[in-house]
Amino acid sequence: MTGSILFDAIVFLLGAIICVSIAKRFGLSSVIGYLMAGVLIGPYVLGFIGEEGEDILHFAEFGVVVMLFLIGLEIEPKNFWNMRKTIAGMGGLQVAGTMVLSYFFFYLIGFEWKVALVTSMAVALSSTAIAMQTIKEKGLMETTFGNSAFSILLFQDIIVIFMLGAIPLLANTDKESTTTTHEAAGNLLDTLPMGYQTLAIILSVVLIIGAGQYLIVPMLRKVAQTGVRELLIASALLIVFSISFLMEYVGLSPALGAFLGGVVLSSSEYKHELESTLEPFKNLLLGLFFIAVGASINFVVIAKMPLTIGGILIAVILIKALVLFITGSVFKMKLDQKMLLTFSLAQIGEFAFVLLSFAFQLNILEQEQMDILLVITALTMSFTPIISIINERLILPRIGTKESIKRPMDHIAKSQNVILVGFGHFGSTVGRFLRSHGIEATILDQDSNRVDFLRKMGFEVYYGDATRIDLLESAGIAQAKILICAIDNPSITQEITKLVKEKYPHVELMIRAQNRYDAYELLNMGMENIYRESLDTSLSLAKDVLSKLGFRKYTLNQQVQNFIKYDESSLRRLAAEPKQGDNYIFKARKELEEQERLLNEDFKRGIVEYDNHWDSESIRKVLEDQQKDNPS
Amino acid sequence: MKKVLVLFAHPKFEKSRANLVLVNHIKDKEGVTFRDLYEEYPDFLIDVPFEKKLLEQHDVIIWHHPMYWYSCPPLLKQWIDMVLEFNWAYGPNGKALSSKICLNVITTGGSKELYCTQGINSYTITEFLRPFEQTANLCLMNYNKPFTVMGTYKLTDVELEVYGTQYSSLIDSLQQ
Repeated sequence: MTGSILFDAIVFLLGAIICVSIAKRFGLSSVIGYLMAGVLIGPYVLGFIGEEGEDILHFAEFGVVVMLFLIGLEIEPKNFWNMRKTIAGMGGLQVAGTMVLSYFFFYLIGFEWKVALVTSMAVALSSTAIAMQTIKEKGLMETTFGNSAFSILLFQDIIVIFMLGAIPLLANTDKESTTTTHEAAGNLLDTLPMGYQTLAIILSVVLIIGAGQYLIVPMLRKVAQTGVRELLIASALLIVFSISFLMEYVGLSPALGAFLGGVVLSSSEYKHELESTLEPFKNLLLGLFFIAVGASINFVVIAKMPLTIGGILIAVILIKALVLFITGSVFKMKLDQKMLLTFSLAQIGEFAFVLLSFAFQLNILEQEQMDILLVITALTMSFTPIISIINERLILPRIGTKESIKRPMDHIAKSQNVILVGFGHFGSTVGRFLRSHGIEATILDQDSNRVDFLRKMGFEVYYGDATRIDLLESAGIAQAKILICAIDNPSITQEITKLVKEKYPHVELMIRAQNRYDAYELLNMGMENIYRESLDTSLSLAKDVLSKLGFRKYTLNQQVQNFIKYDESSLRRLAAEPKQGDNYIFKARKELEEQERLLNEDFKRGIVEYDNHWDSESIRKVLEDQQKDNPS
Repeated sequence: MKKVLVLFAHPKFEKSRANLVLVNHIKDKEGVTFRDLYEEYPDFLIDVPFEKKLLEQHDVIIWHHPMYWYSCPPLLKQWIDMVLEFNWAYGPNGKALSSKICLNVITTGGSKELYCTQGINSYTITEFLRPFEQTANLCLMNYNKPFTVMGTYKLTDVELEVYGTQYSSLIDSLQQ
């Protein structure tokens, strides 16, 4: 409650650190931890933060914007275009269904029709922040469920523009004249006539796409040339800020704009830099957002009418869940995926805060209704992560993957014995060598440009994400003998290899690993054929150094082979050893310890002579000793 | 002046006192091309066209190697197998090496007394070198008698220097 920003910051950070650690300890999503922290430091428990909760909420929404930008970065335009049917179909069905059901519900419990309509709009929207954070945290982005959830959320981001446009039409005309505070109408769209509004929307989308190609990428190139890292951070933030500003100025959803911006930049060479730069900001801002939601739960209102609130809360979650389940069924999702979707999106989202306060300013809502609905929103956001856990721990284990898998036939024509995933520097070398032996591997790559180019060169290359089992299936994994995983992202490698090992255990996996630590994890996952990209090349260099220093090449060749053997066996031994705590936060420290361990082993091993053949010196010594012992 | 090609094969050259002295005496001589095969082809991947060209450019071919298990080190055998091709080195049209001089330069750990019917090795060096002799013959080369440095385990540095000088003058005489 003190005015000091520093004090607030300390409270927020401390709350987050403590509560998220506790949540993680119990295997819960970090979202729950943040929400708990919010409740705890909020006005009704410890009272560290009070009225400013709502301002924080507004500021923290920026986390959602950054998140959408990052999601956009991971979706290439081609994929986005492929998703258009899912977005419109699933999203449309979900929003329409939820609105109809909740309209009738609120109308029946006595809300005026206009209030019921606005409320149903708010209820139809889910929380991108909570759902996406949870999905990402569990690594489910690449599943049918992840895709569907994302499509629906994206559709909601688009439809909210129209909702915001429609709400003023519902305003009570007699009261509106008395309303002077018309805050949300301060954007450009409302001051323009209808036709120009559409034009402004299209223009701003075109502007984002154009700027992405012809302004941002050249700018990033210049920035990269300076070699000053913080400039890149500044540029990344500048991009997101500018897009948000533009979108808010014309009255569109900043999150949607950021998403578009991300998609435009996803094919640029700075994709990964932007990702790694913005990731920490996103996480902190999202955390702040969840804390603010927790802090904004009004316990006074709950205490006043616990039954009403409880009833509405259950009804809202049931309505949302029902519609999501039906949507999943219409789009023929598998039962377990459908259940995940049902529970993960069954909350009212952050857009509700915007819609409801806008309607309140237009006098559509009364203070009491507004309070109730805000509490409901915050409560649903807090409850869905908990319901999701119940689903995962209790329901899913009973029903998981029992349905038979029926998939459409593939469009990949020729199935090969060898599937090569990733055709970058590493994979292409593998592929070229195989090809020189008449083995044409079926190649999967994520880079659409490369795919086009390689196709022109006559390679059989397919574009796609190999963590999707259906793509692997169309590539003929069922008939394949060997799958080579040659991608440079350890977590994706693990995802793919795990998937294949689970579903197609007959396929021999040949895996590229970046380094020892990577290899440890793969070994512990039960993988056999692991190829560390850092091993052969570095030894090859070391060999040439020693050769230049006068060591004999043939001997060095033998020694390198022996060193590789020794290192492989020590790798396997050390991988099997229990780790001192799975503390991945301090990875650098862990790696240093590991290196120390290795060097110690080397030291114990000493300079090793592997063979003594052709060693006339040692033979001479033995003979000399013999002569000394019995002089003839 | 005839040109001499020394094909030297020793997998553990860095440990061979005797061969170090011998090689140092001849490797930089004028008209001598010294080829350290284990250093050139540590992975046994012999550049056959290049080796053939070298052979064509020289008049005297020396196989210089230690005697171990009564034969040459494996890389020299590999060299013979790969480079001396049919219809190039031998066969109806295999005249590329005809009338070149060929000989072995040998070091052995055991002394000369061990290499005779009464000795532990039962046969003489000349007999052990029959395969090389016949290889040279088949390739229409003139096989000279080998230059041997025997009992290297017991040789003193001074004695080794003498052998080195002898090796050098042998090459001088071959170049005439």
